[in-house]
Amino acid sequence: MSTISLAPRAALKTPPRAALEMPLRVKPILSRLDPRSRVVACLAFAAVVVVCHSLPAAAAALLPAAVLALLAGLQAGPTLRRLLALEGFMILTLFTLPFTMGGPVLFSAGGLDWGLEGTLRAALILTKGTAIALSVMALLGTLELAELGHALARLRLPARFVALFVLAARYVDVLHTEYGRLRLAMRARGFRPRASLHCWCALGHLVGMLVVGSLERAERVHAAMRLRGFDGRLHLLDEHRPGRLDWGFAAVLTVTFVLLAVLDFA
Amino acid sequence: MAHIPDGVVSVPVLLAGAGLSLGGMALGLRRLTPERLPQTAMLSALFFVASLVHFPVGVSSVHLLLGGLAGILLGWAAFPAIAVGLVLQAALFGFGGVMVFGVNLANIALPATLAGLLGRRLLARPALAGAVAAMGSVAGTAAMVALSLAASGREFLAAGQALILTYVPLMAVEAVACAAIVGLLAKVKPEALEMRP
Repeated sequence: MSTISLAPRAALKTPPRAALEMPLRVKPILSRLDPRSRVVACLAFAAVVVVCHSLPAAAAALLPAAVLALLAGLQAGPTLRRLLALEGFMILTLFTLPFTMGGPVLFSAGGLDWGLEGTLRAALILTKGTAIALSVMALLGTLELAELGHALARLRLPARFVALFVLAARYVDVLHTEYGRLRLAMRARGFRPRASLHCWCALGHLVGMLVVGSLERAERVHAAMRLRGFDGRLHLLDEHRPGRLDWGFAAVLTVTFVLLAVLDFA
Repeated sequence: MAHIPDGVVSVPVLLAGAGLSLGGMALGLRRLTPERLPQTAMLSALFFVASLVHFPVGVSSVHLLLGGLAGILLGWAAFPAIAVGLVLQAALFGFGGVMVFGVNLANIALPATLAGLLGRRLLARPALAGAVAAMGSVAGTAAMVALSLAASGREFLAAGQALILTYVPLMAVEAVACAAIVGLLAKVKPEALEMRP
């Protein structure tokens, strides 16, 4: 695979077997966990953080989230960019809180009182949201979509839903490429996005053509699947079993949760 | 914004949203026979991709939710289709929240399904049907998001009201785009609009 072609010239002199066994980057430890453990850990972490009601506990939850991000081998740049987008998003919802919750006034301007109570509450929500988002990126974001689908199946989600998820995940890429093609064709014909009725209609027609294309593709896919005896179930090919690493991970997480709970009640 | 992040809404609202979502998913999955599975999967991938298309509005831009279109094309099966879209968004972008998933799903999928079912009755005039379904689903989502915030505590009332205003441009864009989409479908692929919900 690309491991060889990307390796520096010196690496090529080593025997091919060693070159294959020495990947350029160390495999992140989280990727060695059973996908199920990661889904369950993500849900448990979110549940614990959501019920935290003190700012110190919520801030402390950022630490395990950051550790998870490190263990997952997330890249700092893109992760921070996504988190910033999320913060912007949350501040839109929270900016009214300091004015509506009362409490001691920090400062007032133009007849509006900036209250302490609301500021603390907004900070609490922002911290909780950030910790959970970071853990989702670490635990679920680095999972391949097919693996995630299989983990959901093994966690006994309805088979129809899992089949829907796995198929849809497969076709996101296909349709995105198709979208890029149509968009390029529009640009070649001088289309520039502007805030106008005409432009909205044109983009609407673009999506409409995507719908037509995807329905026709669905017909072909369905015919091919029927030919192969599809009866609504997809077979699971992976054979993951929770190992020692998974139980160790669960133990560490449990201790973390207990510490967070103690901190929250203290 | 249609997704409420984790940590905002209160536990009773979380439970109410989860209950509504479970009901909708049960109804939707029952209609999702193996024959309809590939098509529904393709459409849920499409709704995800379409949400990456940015429509310019003034100096800013909005992205489509396409709930109304999902409702028209899929009926109750729009529930699982939209759920898949939300899981994809969480997995690929880390967006959307975990515990609050049920609330977000109910807020988007319930108005989408109901407005879509309403739109189906107007299919004699496709562009009108598209516009009505789109506006209904966006307005419904706005109302439900504001309601989930307001029900979580009085202090969120102002935030909820402010949020409704941010949905007005989306409603206009979505109505125009959805009218164009359904109009196009009626001309190019009318059988797409004749599926049983």
